[in-house]
Amino acid sequence: MDLHVSGQSSVRRRFGWLATYAAGVFAFLYLPIVVLILYSFNREGVGGFPPRHLTLDWYRMLASDGAILDAVVNSLLVALAAVAIALALGLPAALALDRVAFPGKALFRRLVLLPLILPGIITGLSLLMLAVFAGMKLSLLTVIIGHGTALISVGTTEISAGLQKMDRAQEEASLDLGASYWRTFWRVTLPNLRLPLVAAGLLIFTLSMDEIAVSFFLIGRDNTLPLEIWGRLRRGLTPEINAVSTIIFLASVGLILVWYRLRTRS
Amino acid sequence: MYSRAYKLAVAIPPLLWVTLFLLVPYALLLSYSFWTVSSGTIMRQWNLENYRDLGRNWMYLQVLFRSMKIAGAVTMLALVLGYPLAYYLSFHAGARKDLLYQLVIVPLWVSYLVRGYAWKTILGSDGVLNGFLQYLHLVREPVGFFLYSPFAVVLVLTHIYTPFTLLPIYASLEHIPRHLVEASQDLGASPRVTFWRVIFPLSLPGLLAGATFAFVLTLGDFLAPLLVGGASGIMISNIVVSLFGAAFDWPLGAAISVCIMLLVLGMLFAVERTEKKWTFT
Amino acid sequence: MSIQNRDTHLTQPQEAPKAPEKAAAGEPLLQIRSVAKSFGPRTVLRDVSLDVAPGEFLTILGESGSGKTTLLRLIAGFERPDTGEIWMGGERLDRLPPHRRQVNTVFQHYALFPHLSVFENVAYGLRAQGVAKAEIAQRVEQALAMVKMSAYAGAAPSKLSGGQQQRVALARALVNRPLLLLLDEPLSALDANLRRQMQWELKMLQREVGITFLFVTHDQDEAMALSDRIALLRAGELEQIAAPREIYNRPSTAYTAQFVGQTNLLRAEVVDGVARWGAFSWPCEGRPGPATFSLRPEHIRLVSPADPDDQQTVRFLATIGQQTFCGDTDLIEISCADGRVLQVRTPSRRILEGQCAFAFSASDAVRLHDAEES
Repeated sequence: MDLHVSGQSSVRRRFGWLATYAAGVFAFLYLPIVVLILYSFNREGVGGFPPRHLTLDWYRMLASDGAILDAVVNSLLVALAAVAIALALGLPAALALDRVAFPGKALFRRLVLLPLILPGIITGLSLLMLAVFAGMKLSLLTVIIGHGTALISVGTTEISAGLQKMDRAQEEASLDLGASYWRTFWRVTLPNLRLPLVAAGLLIFTLSMDEIAVSFFLIGRDNTLPLEIWGRLRRGLTPEINAVSTIIFLASVGLILVWYRLRTRS
Repeated sequence: MYSRAYKLAVAIPPLLWVTLFLLVPYALLLSYSFWTVSSGTIMRQWNLENYRDLGRNWMYLQVLFRSMKIAGAVTMLALVLGYPLAYYLSFHAGARKDLLYQLVIVPLWVSYLVRGYAWKTILGSDGVLNGFLQYLHLVREPVGFFLYSPFAVVLVLTHIYTPFTLLPIYASLEHIPRHLVEASQDLGASPRVTFWRVIFPLSLPGLLAGATFAFVLTLGDFLAPLLVGGASGIMISNIVVSLFGAAFDWPLGAAISVCIMLLVLGMLFAVERTEKKWTFT
Repeated sequence: MSIQNRDTHLTQPQEAPKAPEKAAAGEPLLQIRSVAKSFGPRTVLRDVSLDVAPGEFLTILGESGSGKTTLLRLIAGFERPDTGEIWMGGERLDRLPPHRRQVNTVFQHYALFPHLSVFENVAYGLRAQGVAKAEIAQRVEQALAMVKMSAYAGAAPSKLSGGQQQRVALARALVNRPLLLLLDEPLSALDANLRRQMQWELKMLQREVGITFLFVTHDQDEAMALSDRIALLRAGELEQIAAPREIYNRPSTAYTAQFVGQTNLLRAEVVDGVARWGAFSWPCEGRPGPATFSLRPEHIRLVSPADPDDQQTVRFLATIGQQTFCGDTDLIEISCADGRVLQVRTPSRRILEGQCAFAFSASDAVRLHDAEES
């Protein structure tokens, strides 16, 4: 800041309070996360101040906690399936919205986005009613359908944005050079959409890993990780959950870094 | 330019799926709200009984009103926290802009549950905050009202939705052409005047979108009240949950859901129209 | 190709020594029959008919919004005509999907595939047609050599300059040996010098490969420099189609006369074989009545009062007004005795002042077909 000429530094001074305020908001946003991580290493468990004896006990307990590990596997399974469904349907949906005129298009556009806008409880309940109506047993499958359906919106939005940015002449050039529609899709459309597809995939994956409201109503006997944690939270605080949360946090940050690298590389 | 087969191939699968797994379920929800439950079974007879119940029973309206108050408070707080930060990032963060922006995104990607849980460990009567206060000898006995109160619900939801609110504000601030700001300065306007006459009006669509996010997401939330709200922090969605659970009155729960849905959709509709009016580019 | 000497083609492209008479010979390659196209309420093309001869370099010239790009897209197959037919070599073209047409396009912004190398871009069409690997390598190499881009085969398109991308786009289209090459303002993104150079190369390339070029531009100089024939499009209709010299020297309408070069429009009256415009009069065959004439500024010349007179020369005195220096010529606004204003183009020699004597030949005043139009 000492490099700035006087005029600019007076501006800096004038906005000094703003920088301070911004720092305060950051502190508010990060305080709980820092506390969480800190106390996952605290031998006395959650609460109390200051944290005293560092330990990895809670992580050790976690590693031998079968229910949590099962829940992690379930969550990964659900998230991967949700990514597959949401992309497999979000991509054609984005293409259809971009280039097909069909009756009810305006309704379809809004309908797809609804799960993103409406409180999760409404989507969850509606799907529960469908499952009961159709006589489907609640299981991970119903959760997968729920996540996949709710997250088509994310796929469609991201891919639509990618399509907007894509030069339409790319596809015209491909057809012009004698490639069929099918070939054009695989050789030109898809490679051009690689980045939004990956970004959407990561986002869908993260959202699914974290989803509670929809899962809450559609879950069968096998818990996803958030629901397993939820169940334990209702019973009381355990430092083991700090440990698992810290791991989730680190995994999230890792995913963001991957996503960010992908974005800056292009 | 695209062949008929191409158009069918991209339109049919998502249309079918969305119809089956979104349109039909929403329609079912609507249907249920016109049915009744009698001695443990759902009677598929069309009537308005549930909606009449809602109108008659003050408890529901009271909770709905409280939910809207909480949602309003969260929205205001999220704006008060998010707008200045977004403005700082967009106009004054300089070279650190990208890094700081990423730092705002990070909490967004961190599990809802993890953040809610973290607050629970902070606010609890043997939690970090009380421990801290006792450590400083500011209080002798743990303070009880931090947790299990509407205050805790507002705090947690504000923490969760501030980044959501910030993103559209930041996006709209970023879209303001910088030469407009320069033109304002050139015409002799002070930074304060430039902000209120140029920047703020042009960022209104983003502000509106951010506020809508916060309000709608809060209104439908049922986890934070269960986690940190206690009896006095109950919100409208909690009632729906209990009606679908132990109380087993799906039709009444569906009717409340329909009301929430209409409220949200009505708001979105109004916002969309206002946003169009406020968008100049 | 005679591009080895980089200095020769920096100047304005020269008229080719022997422009082959292609336009009239034999069956047309492409026939556009009464084609019309609207986008919603906006009519872009109305009843356009046009024949393109094999081996011809035909330019579709028009201002933006005249429908020229739409016409190109109809031929390429990206749009379908509302009415009318397009035929190529005895085959109905407008019903085929774009990838079944033996037509290739050079796009305005090149539309090179960013995820493919230069080589793969050029090979794209051949791969789509299932050409054998060895042949692909050979033909791509040839095509790149033709546009002098062999050294960049492995490069990513984003690493190339505008001119280089342009060459790759040309190679990518020509390697498929199309019957017809469509070029949609391919030079518009280049700066003036590079643009002149590419015009020259394009013309040479066309001669070399003998493929029919259909070129779209809004730049009249470019159209005149490149084309065997120019089709001038105006608000979705063909205004005039003729060779560049013909269209410049014998414009049929005021619009053409003004769009292709600068001109003076003289609203005259023809009586008894004489056209009268104020104090001016010159012999004129043809229908009596009101008539508009086009008189190019460079066809009015400075004369000395002593010069001999004749029947075909119109002489007059005028006052010098605004004189604009354009480099090789000056554009001068002159006012005649009756206050009528004319534009005159003279070689740039000196600043003129006061009254001067001017003259033009009656044969240079071209009678236009649309007397009523402005």
